Amino acid sequence: MKFFKTAWKNIRRSPYQAFAAIFIMTLTFLAFSLFAIIFYGSSEVVSYFESKPQVTAFFKDEAKEEEIDSLKNSLTESGIVSGTKFVSKEEALKIYRDQNKDDPLLLDLVTADILPASLEISTFVIDDLTLVSDTLQKSEIVEEVVFQKDVVSTLTSWTSAIRKIGVFVVVLLAVVSVFIMVIIIGIKVSQKRGDIETMRLIGAGSWYVRMPFIIEGVIYGLFGAVVGWLISYGILLYATPKLSYFLKGVPVFPLSPSFMFSLLGVEVLFALILGTFSSYFAVLRYLKK
Amino acid sequence: MIILENVSKKFGTGVYGLTNVSFTVEKGEFAFLVGPTGSGKTTIIRMLIREVMPTQGTIVVGNWNIIRLPGRKVPDLRKKIGVVFQDLKLLPDRTILENTYLPLELSGVSSKEAMKRAEDILGKVGILEHANKFPVQLSGGERQRSAIARALVLSPEILLADEPTGDLDDDTAWEIVNLLKEINEAGTTVLMATHNANIIKKLNKRIIKLNKGVLIGEKNDKDEEKPSASDAPEEQKEQEKKHEVHEHKKTEEKKESITDKFEQALKE
Repeated sequence: MKFFKTAWKNIRRSPYQAFAAIFIMTLTFLAFSLFAIIFYGSSEVVSYFESKPQVTAFFKDEAKEEEIDSLKNSLTESGIVSGTKFVSKEEALKIYRDQNKDDPLLLDLVTADILPASLEISTFVIDDLTLVSDTLQKSEIVEEVVFQKDVVSTLTSWTSAIRKIGVFVVVLLAVVSVFIMVIIIGIKVSQKRGDIETMRLIGAGSWYVRMPFIIEGVIYGLFGAVVGWLISYGILLYATPKLSYFLKGVPVFPLSPSFMFSLLGVEVLFALILGTFSSYFAVLRYLKK
Repeated sequence: MIILENVSKKFGTGVYGLTNVSFTVEKGEFAFLVGPTGSGKTTIIRMLIREVMPTQGTIVVGNWNIIRLPGRKVPDLRKKIGVVFQDLKLLPDRTILENTYLPLELSGVSSKEAMKRAEDILGKVGILEHANKFPVQLSGGERQRSAIARALVLSPEILLADEPTGDLDDDTAWEIVNLLKEINEAGTTVLMATHNANIIKKLNKRIIKLNKGVLIGEKNDKDEEKPSASDAPEEQKEQEKKHEVHEHKKTEEKKESITDKFEQALKE
């Protein structure tokens, strides 16, 4: 408690340095939070598309039920298909009506006859989709094949790029934060060199001298983490209606509060490590034995 | 209580701060460390708390062999010895009470007990009414008393006072000396470095005389002054010669530097 009090007093007596330290930490954790949210959101979008039927075969009107069953069985027996779902003309109409229930004009014009029956097929491995698609296209009863592989692979490559950029930016900001913290704590150690010498001469041990500086670093880290997280949560809440509209039908937003609080937990841990490391490095650098 | 045996200190410049100094201060004794500026008084005090290490010799303080003491034990040694520093070393951003409280905090005394003991000692040195003031708000004598209070708050068996009357007027200096005398009478061993001849003469206590880093004599309170065992005239002369050579060298270097600058200025 006494170390905390001393650290707090040091912070209050040099508010501009404290502000600079908290500001750079906030930037680091804001970037961390935003990239974590983007990464989590995009991963959810990818897994949504991956879990959905990845190939949809629309049948010709003359296709018989036995022929469709036969095609379905041959695909199931191949061992590469994880699931199939047959959607009859009537079911297709029901789905259409559900999707357009707010637009009576669109409902009036459509009947079950004009909607094709379809078979939705998903595979265990995304690469097998091409094989399934080729097989379906060769069948005489299939009118059209809709294939989502391109969507998924584009999303996957985007997610991967975002992850790489995110890691790079966060690591860069973390390194800059450590340097700035080392400089700020170093300045404070230099300012208190006389006091430190006196304390040592009357019996203060190394840890008694170091501890307030380390706690100061931890306080900067924690402040930065909490403020950065709050800003990112604010941005997320503000953007959620727009993002939900943009990703209509993909149930990703709003993000669950449990994800955000887990993120806060990770950031607090990261802040403790970052704050402790940088201030410990500073006291080792500027406070030789 | 305090033993120095053949202690020498050679500084980085090559100058000897102390040469073969040996003396003993017994438990409960009051001794003056006397000598002009630069005679090595402060160096001895700094060695006794292991702020500096001797180049050779042995130093024992209480049960601590200063030379063999491991670095991690130094804080423990310093908690056992009260020191009134020449420049006082009061922390300017802490109140007098907080300054006095600090050694207790370092020793792990509970805050309630520490507060009580700090107030008690401030009362004893007569500055309790200034407890919540900062050092800058006090007079020289009051600051000196604050430093003494801090040195005594852990009830050390040894008190080292480095020129505690240095910047004070005669009356205040006497108040401080009388305070140290009372502390000694209560059982604390006191080693006081000073060059105030008036105080030394009137107090009539043991005197350890130094000059240019050499022990030149000792006088017990009842004895006549006697030359030190290490005070061989040749040795002193040799040390003084070393000092003079160094000073001469410094003056020559200074002269050369000024001449160089002058010549350079003329060329320009």
